[in-house]
Amino acid sequence: MGKTFRISVNSRFYIFIPVLFCYIGFTRTFVVEKNKNIGSIKKALAMCKNGDTIIVMPGTYREGNLIIDKSIYFLGKDYPVLDGQKKFEIVSIKASKVVISGFKVQHSGYATLDDPGAIKVYDGRDVIISNNILEDNFFGIYIQYGRHCVIKNNRIVAFGIEEQHIGNGIHCWKSDSLQIIGNSVSGHRDGIYFEFVTNSLIWKNTSTKNIRYGLHFMFSNNDSYISNFFKNNGAGVAVMFTHKVKMINNVFEENWGDAAYGLMLKEISDSYISGNRFKKNTTGIYMEGTSRIIVEKNVFESNGWGMKIQASCMDNEIRSNNFIGNTFDISTNGDVVLNSFNGNYWDKYQGYDLDKNNIGDVPYHPLSLFSVIVEQNPPTMLLYRSFMITLLDKSEKIAPSLTPDNFLDKTPLMHSLNL
Amino acid sequence: MKRIAKIVGTDILRNRIVVVYTLILACLSWSVFALEDNSSKGLLTLLNIILLTVPLVSVIFSTIYIYNSQEFIELLLSQPVQRKTIWRSLFYGLSLSLSISFFIGAGLPILIFSPADIAWMMVLMGCAISIIFAALAMLSSIFTRDKARGIGIAIVLWLMFSLLFDGLLMFLSFQFAEYPIEKPMVAIVALNPIDLARILILLHLDVSAMMGQTGAIFKNFFGTHVGIATTFSILGLWVIVPYKISLKRFEQKDL
Repeated sequence: MGKTFRISVNSRFYIFIPVLFCYIGFTRTFVVEKNKNIGSIKKALAMCKNGDTIIVMPGTYREGNLIIDKSIYFLGKDYPVLDGQKKFEIVSIKASKVVISGFKVQHSGYATLDDPGAIKVYDGRDVIISNNILEDNFFGIYIQYGRHCVIKNNRIVAFGIEEQHIGNGIHCWKSDSLQIIGNSVSGHRDGIYFEFVTNSLIWKNTSTKNIRYGLHFMFSNNDSYISNFFKNNGAGVAVMFTHKVKMINNVFEENWGDAAYGLMLKEISDSYISGNRFKKNTTGIYMEGTSRIIVEKNVFESNGWGMKIQASCMDNEIRSNNFIGNTFDISTNGDVVLNSFNGNYWDKYQGYDLDKNNIGDVPYHPLSLFSVIVEQNPPTMLLYRSFMITLLDKSEKIAPSLTPDNFLDKTPLMHSLNL
Repeated sequence: MKRIAKIVGTDILRNRIVVVYTLILACLSWSVFALEDNSSKGLLTLLNIILLTVPLVSVIFSTIYIYNSQEFIELLLSQPVQRKTIWRSLFYGLSLSLSISFFIGAGLPILIFSPADIAWMMVLMGCAISIIFAALAMLSSIFTRDKARGIGIAIVLWLMFSLLFDGLLMFLSFQFAEYPIEKPMVAIVALNPIDLARILILLHLDVSAMMGQTGAIFKNFFGTHVGIATTFSILGLWVIVPYKISLKRFEQKDL
């Protein structure tokens, strides 16, 4: 029985060998190494044709701007250094089906007019950029008019101090069907920047300590970002002017500051936010002009404000979330209630559950009077937890007069969800 | 002086009301920490107790005590003892014994159940408030001979600092909402020891809220070493100024 199985495998293998040889036969491999036959990358780039492979051996290569205009495999061995000497854009990809992998790309030029990047893709399809280390560049990876490109497992570090003197880590513009997977970005302006990018996936990336946003998203419809980690960015994550975005299982942590939000949503519609953790942010989620969003199964923990839902939001559904240890669970600036809250767990809930079905018998008002006062007049924050404020809040809870009385969760949970 | 302070102190510590006060504080704090699963929530509950009951008990108890020891004071005055010494030892005895009962009642469970820096801050603030309100009680009791009026003044003082002042502050902040009032607000808050204590504790405890929009300014002031030092010296002034005024009046008073 085992023998016949082995034979069948072998015969299949033999069929493939000629095919393999054909393939190898038509392409060549160039090895670039200092003081050898091909000593410079530019020379190899000039010699190669579509489908060829260039392998770069270790060393530091200061060759200005490298333009890849053929579909080649451009591979580095043991991270050879491509240095832009703070003057040039380092690698410009102007062809489709290019693979670039295994380089250390550093010190790209700085220019505000043409935005030089460490690796920049101009109008390419099926470009794969993987396993590179990018250090101290103006823009890290820049993709414009890219389609079906993959950016995977790159480590992107910069040391920006001011917003206007540094570019974005991964910058994508007018592209479609990109996959951004497993990268780590820090110290740039925006960690990952999407503008007019559609049908794309951002998965398992880490974006920390960027000056502005960890992820910045504009006019980019039908994208998903899943299992990413955003920590300690200047202003958290911003998603704006977009519809049909899925945000699942991301972590938003420690985005502190005046205008810092774990997740800021502006003019978003028909989106889905689930399984995310918002921890220790000044504001967990800030919503402005959003509609038809489902926020479910998220954890809001130890934030200043769990959610700030501006009055311009409508038809959003906030259900089955845990609100634990936030100073304010919810805050809003108007008295119209167009959003619904159902089946959330609020640790400040003080109701009872007589029929033991884990759903509190009294509705919960997530909006405290003090949060409304602070929203109108921020300096009153100084009175937080003062006895008078506690009294006001308590009386407001019993008989809502200043806060909208239909702003409530009718089915608050007695125990936190296991999220 | 030491002897008089010691007599006063032990007398107060043996006093039934102070024993009950200590026991109630202890019951509250132990049960709060036993009931709440996370210690920071327990601390917040205790914060309310400290900011409400501690000043109330300190100010009223001290006022009553001074009125009740009128005869003891008169007896001492007939001895070759300076008036200053008598008044000072009364103050020391009062503030020390109230601080001790606070420390035993609430301080120990706080120190046991919560992280060290917050716990110490809280204990320190509790003691500071006990002492400040003892000083205020001395001031209110020296102003009138009538016991009822003295206690009335003490209650009004407590009501003002723990409730009315904050209402006034909120009223002011809404009146001047159009102006950048963060810094003036910080200055005005210094006029209320309870608010000062609350903010100092909160900055150590519940940073998340204070870090919000205006939180930054408050954090910049109260969170720095200079800010903490300033706050402590203002709290110190809150002890010294009422005490000195009452001392001056006591020295000149016709008893």
